[in-house]
Amino acid sequence: MATKVALTNPAAAATNLRQAKDFRALSGNPGRKVPVPPLLDVRNLHTEFRTGAGVVRAVDGISYTVDPGEIVAVVGESGSGKSVGALSILRLIPDPPGRVTAGEILFNGRDLLGLSEDEMRQVRGGDIGMVFQEPMTSLNPVLTIGRQITETIEQHRGAEPAAAQKRAVELLGLVGIADAERRLKQYPHQLSGGMRQRVMIAIALACDPKLIIADEPTTALDVTIQAQILELMQELTRRLGVALIIITHNLGVVARYARRVNVMYAGRIVESGSAAAIYHDPHHPYTIALLRSVPRLDRPRQARLDPIEGQPPDLTRLGRGCSFQPRCRFAVERCSTAPPPLEPAGAPGQSAACYRANELDAGRAA
Amino acid sequence: MSIAGEVLAPLLEVRGLHMHFPITEGIVMRRQIGQVKAVDGIDLTIQRGETLGLVGESGCGKTTTGRCILRLETPTSGEIRYDGVDIAKLGRRDLVALRRRIQVIFQDPYSSLNPRMKVGEIIAEPMKVHGIQPDSGRRNGRVKELLSVCGLNPNFADRYPHEMSGGQRQRVGIARALALDPEFIVCDEAVSALDVSIQAQIINLLEDLREKFNLTYLFIAHDLSVVRHLCQRVAVMYLGRVVELADCDELFDNPLHPYTQALLAAVPVPDPTVEAGRAVRPLAGEVPSPINPPSGCVFHPRCPVAVTECKAARPELREVRPGHWVACAVVN
Repeated sequence: MATKVALTNPAAAATNLRQAKDFRALSGNPGRKVPVPPLLDVRNLHTEFRTGAGVVRAVDGISYTVDPGEIVAVVGESGSGKSVGALSILRLIPDPPGRVTAGEILFNGRDLLGLSEDEMRQVRGGDIGMVFQEPMTSLNPVLTIGRQITETIEQHRGAEPAAAQKRAVELLGLVGIADAERRLKQYPHQLSGGMRQRVMIAIALACDPKLIIADEPTTALDVTIQAQILELMQELTRRLGVALIIITHNLGVVARYARRVNVMYAGRIVESGSAAAIYHDPHHPYTIALLRSVPRLDRPRQARLDPIEGQPPDLTRLGRGCSFQPRCRFAVERCSTAPPPLEPAGAPGQSAACYRANELDAGRAA
Repeated sequence: MSIAGEVLAPLLEVRGLHMHFPITEGIVMRRQIGQVKAVDGIDLTIQRGETLGLVGESGCGKTTTGRCILRLETPTSGEIRYDGVDIAKLGRRDLVALRRRIQVIFQDPYSSLNPRMKVGEIIAEPMKVHGIQPDSGRRNGRVKELLSVCGLNPNFADRYPHEMSGGQRQRVGIARALALDPEFIVCDEAVSALDVSIQAQIINLLEDLREKFNLTYLFIAHDLSVVRHLCQRVAVMYLGRVVELADCDELFDNPLHPYTQALLAAVPVPDPTVEAGRAVRPLAGEVPSPINPPSGCVFHPRCPVAVTECKAARPELREVRPGHWVACAVVN
């Protein structure tokens, strides 16, 4: 997979990489304040959908940051708001019925919510690349792979067709597609699922982005192909210094690749922290229960699984309190009065939205 | 094994099963231009009360194998002995009787339930088709009983599928499968479409039902950790063939086929410390086309230990240790 890279814009990649390295060096020293501002700073984001059944608060006040070159995971089950959160950053929420109702999305210090549609188009596919779950539906079936890559480069960089073509060949090499010249002339249906996802990654990387948002990038793929694609994404983001937000429901994928993790439930971040803290010492009952409910290949077989009882919440009928409360083993009266705020709990940098977070010790999570 | 030590006849015995689908060209002058060898000669046995896992990636033929056993496909060749009778070539009439004994749970609880039928009607339909419980009052009683066995409120009989969550719908699919009191159930990716927290509920339910009704399962899945949890024996398929078959613990603790090893290595474990200590070397390449599979061992183009011999001869499944079967020329 190791391909020689000659980027058309090596300076950008070098800057990305330098920032990432600076950050890593500094973050290893917790006594000092980190001077590098976050690349992405999502503040109190709210996204709503107006449906026949009522208003769905799909994203209900989430805040998180992504540093340059960092891999951050957003984990959650269907309906937790993880994808809507990502689409809100890119301003891809269909309006109507959806709308971002409050919050700020600071990317490199600029609030994306304040940009015009033209400016936003420059950000999408330019500074922020995207990789979606279903490569067949996110690629245009009537355009060749080559055209879809060169289009991005011509649109964003104003490159001449010949230069764009050269860059497209380079990009396919970068993502491990052999015989690039021939592949560029093919249509999406002529490629396998794994190949299509590699093309998506090539498009995402086309304009030297600073951030890639990958929404369930490997969910539709088989496990051996999933491993190939994730290794590729990790290797490329590390080498090019690109930050990555990976949105997934797969706890194993998160453990393998992410440095920091945000766990979402019913539109809120219920716990966030370093991957090690979240997995070894979770402080939110949902995180604890989620980790306990999966059968694991690295542990002896259990007699019985320990599921989370009950059903996922109906987002049109959320109560006043903590939305996990109806399924929570540790719920007390207070939990049904008001949603608990995300507050520091456990390791440095870890926080949980639970009134009882500090009572839930590591022993219970094992 | 019975107490006397004699081997009991298996409930299901598959011998040399082939399922080839023709690829045709032309509309008026239709002619065959090739074939997809979805299942290309597999042997399996399932004992009464046992759960056999069938794992592999998309296109390996695991679902087609399940469909042949259900006789939703008529196999190209081979034997499927169910309780001593070869069902591979049974006619329509005999199949009806067979289907009272063999049922199926599908993957997608959204598309496998008729959206225009109420849950009660969905569960009662198999009983109507087979003419059991002709009395509608008693049939409704049975529906309610099945709902509560599957962990649902009996009042759900009056709901439509769209009013339910994915996990609840899958419980309806399970209740429908149980309606005829079958002895054997093919679970085709029965928990794959569900969220993690719901998946564990359904796995526990399948285990409880197995015990309660003495069920035998063929559990088709791609998620290895789920298969390991539920199954007693596991068969690994690749491109229409079984490449390895062993007791569950033996297969996961001591995988012998290079493909099984690669498959296990590719599954990420939900633990960052364990993951940091694992060297990930993803299997290169992709699954070849079953229209034109590679010569010899179908896995040889991707195999890290392949030798020249692998290109020439197709390795047969052989027993390398008691109960552990592998189709690989290199393993000894």
